[in-house]
Amino acid sequence: MSKHWPPRRQTSRVLETLEVLRQNQAFRVLETLKVLRKVSRNALAFLTFALVVGTLPLWLHSPYLLSTAIFIGIFTIVTLGLCLLMGYAGQVSLGHAAFWGIGAYTSAILTVKLGVSPWLAMIIGVAVTSGVAYLIAIPIFRLREHYLAMATLGLGIIVTLAFGEFRELTGGPSGLPGVPRLTVGSFIFDGDVEYYYLVWGVVLLLIGLSLNIVNSRVGRALRALHASEAAAASIGVDASRLKLQVLVLSAAYASVAGSLYVHYMQFVSPHAFDFGVSVRLVVMAAVGGLASVWGAPFGAAAVMLVTVLLREALPLVIPNASGEHITIFYGLVLILIMIFMPEGLTRGVIESFRRNARS
Amino acid sequence: MPNYDLSNYLQFILSGLSTGSIYVLVALGVVTIYSVTGIVNLAQGEYCMLGAMLAVTFIRWGLPLGLAAAAAIIGVTAIGVLIERLTVQPARSASSITLIMITVGVSIVVRGVALLAWGTAPFSLPAFTKGPPLDVLGAAVSLQRLWILGTAVVTLLLLYFLLERTLLGKAVRACAINRQAAGLMGIAASQMSALVFALSAALGAVGGIVIAPLMLASYDMGLMLGLKGFVAAVIGGLTSLPGAVIGGLLLGVIESLGAGLISSGFKDAIAFLVLLLVIFARSGRFPNRLGRRPARAGELAGRGARPTETRP
Repeated sequence: MSKHWPPRRQTSRVLETLEVLRQNQAFRVLETLKVLRKVSRNALAFLTFALVVGTLPLWLHSPYLLSTAIFIGIFTIVTLGLCLLMGYAGQVSLGHAAFWGIGAYTSAILTVKLGVSPWLAMIIGVAVTSGVAYLIAIPIFRLREHYLAMATLGLGIIVTLAFGEFRELTGGPSGLPGVPRLTVGSFIFDGDVEYYYLVWGVVLLLIGLSLNIVNSRVGRALRALHASEAAAASIGVDASRLKLQVLVLSAAYASVAGSLYVHYMQFVSPHAFDFGVSVRLVVMAAVGGLASVWGAPFGAAAVMLVTVLLREALPLVIPNASGEHITIFYGLVLILIMIFMPEGLTRGVIESFRRNARS
Repeated sequence: MPNYDLSNYLQFILSGLSTGSIYVLVALGVVTIYSVTGIVNLAQGEYCMLGAMLAVTFIRWGLPLGLAAAAAIIGVTAIGVLIERLTVQPARSASSITLIMITVGVSIVVRGVALLAWGTAPFSLPAFTKGPPLDVLGAAVSLQRLWILGTAVVTLLLLYFLLERTLLGKAVRACAINRQAAGLMGIAASQMSALVFALSAALGAVGGIVIAPLMLASYDMGLMLGLKGFVAAVIGGLTSLPGAVIGGLLLGVIESLGAGLISSGFKDAIAFLVLLLVIFARSGRFPNRLGRRPARAGELAGRGARPTETRP
């Protein structure tokens, strides 16, 4: 036993700890206030967005644009997951179209071949896709970022080939027709307006869910991870686990989008999910802004609308231009954004505005 | 399964080895770039495509085969350096994910530009020497496949000479072992980066030109060649040149046997199944560092130069 009890050094340490705790308390109050302000801002943004989306069919009379809007909604769901994965978990999936495709094909095969209810098929699709994503993500625990990119790339190509080869199940390269419409009771989602509201309803739901995740403890851990993995790990963030969860979540989003896609098209073929589509999805996420939930609808809409425009305009410049030519544009956009604004286009633009406003 | 005798297997293995040589050439490019700059270059296959397409074009202009091939290789090398200066240099300090996406973008743009320049129709390159296929223990081997194997061996020897016997090669190896220390010794990392991109482009172009007579040159031939070369590099550990050689040959043979014995429809899937298996099996042994460069990059030197693991 020593003469002084408690020992001096320990007393001062206790005092230090108390001081830190006190400061922490003040800090916490401040944080809460900040979070509250952010939450109300998000709520406002959410309401505005819902209002715009909800009234769109009232003044959008072109059936072509309405159908484009439905596709934008479906792409938004996939992009949303990709934004979470790329922006928050710092991982890139070069085969996200595969997850989308697995969801789509599960829905199609179950409803067409086995007569399962579309909603049940959608849920089974989510389960299957999440399982595949979970398996693919196992190397995350040991390997650095680019190995997930590789693994998903490999998965993407295998899955597209499998869609084409298992002819009895998938109908082969020519596809699988006759997928039923979605129904609730006796109500059938057969018109574009009805389907528009269904798809964008799901979009709003998932945006709300994503906002909640991003602004929760998990979201803060993810942001810490994004800033510095070593620092995050030192304060007890289980990086690999979080990354795995985000990948599975983004795959589940993609699967839902796939089911919605297939019940809208009533047809599915392997071409809709090849490597090029995966790249297009990455471009959408890059345009929208990686670490941002609101970037997803923006990115999906911007890329879709420019694609539509190019499809109309390009044949005027280059005769017999095809969809393949448009990919040059995707490539250029991807390179430029990644060089100059690696956090994504919207975020980059907002940040440069802020910088200008300050100076 | 059909009843195969020994000569059939030999046939599969020999054609697998020759296709594998192409993967080797692509994989060597991937490994060199990754070791020196830490970039996973997914645009590697486009160099093959450019090499083949340029060679075809030059032959159409009336150049003899040898001259056309040389001109194509020089052209692709120049394009490789240009791409490095335009897209990789400006993003030097970016994360590995950002750099991967840049190379994906590059490969799309190159493919698109090739589509604009040459259209969708495939071009055929005549076989380098005409003659009946050689009979090796009952297996028929076309002369072009011999050309492929021979070219691969010569290219490998040249690469070995360049890396092991010249001052320039020494600088490249130094960069692969430790970029910062190499910088302190007066080796400019940016020049080395341009050099390895040039080297990889030349390797890819050679591969593209020799395979063109067998698979028709078209604007989209690069995607699969590049990805499979990449798979070969991963099999070999991503930082080892001998590993890339073994990985490429192994992949070629596995693919050829798989296509012959199981199903040709899944030929392309086999490579990626192998990729997934390798990533899973070796997940503990891959370069696993917080920075972008591999910890055991010294493997490129091939002479047991083991740097201590440095963590930033």
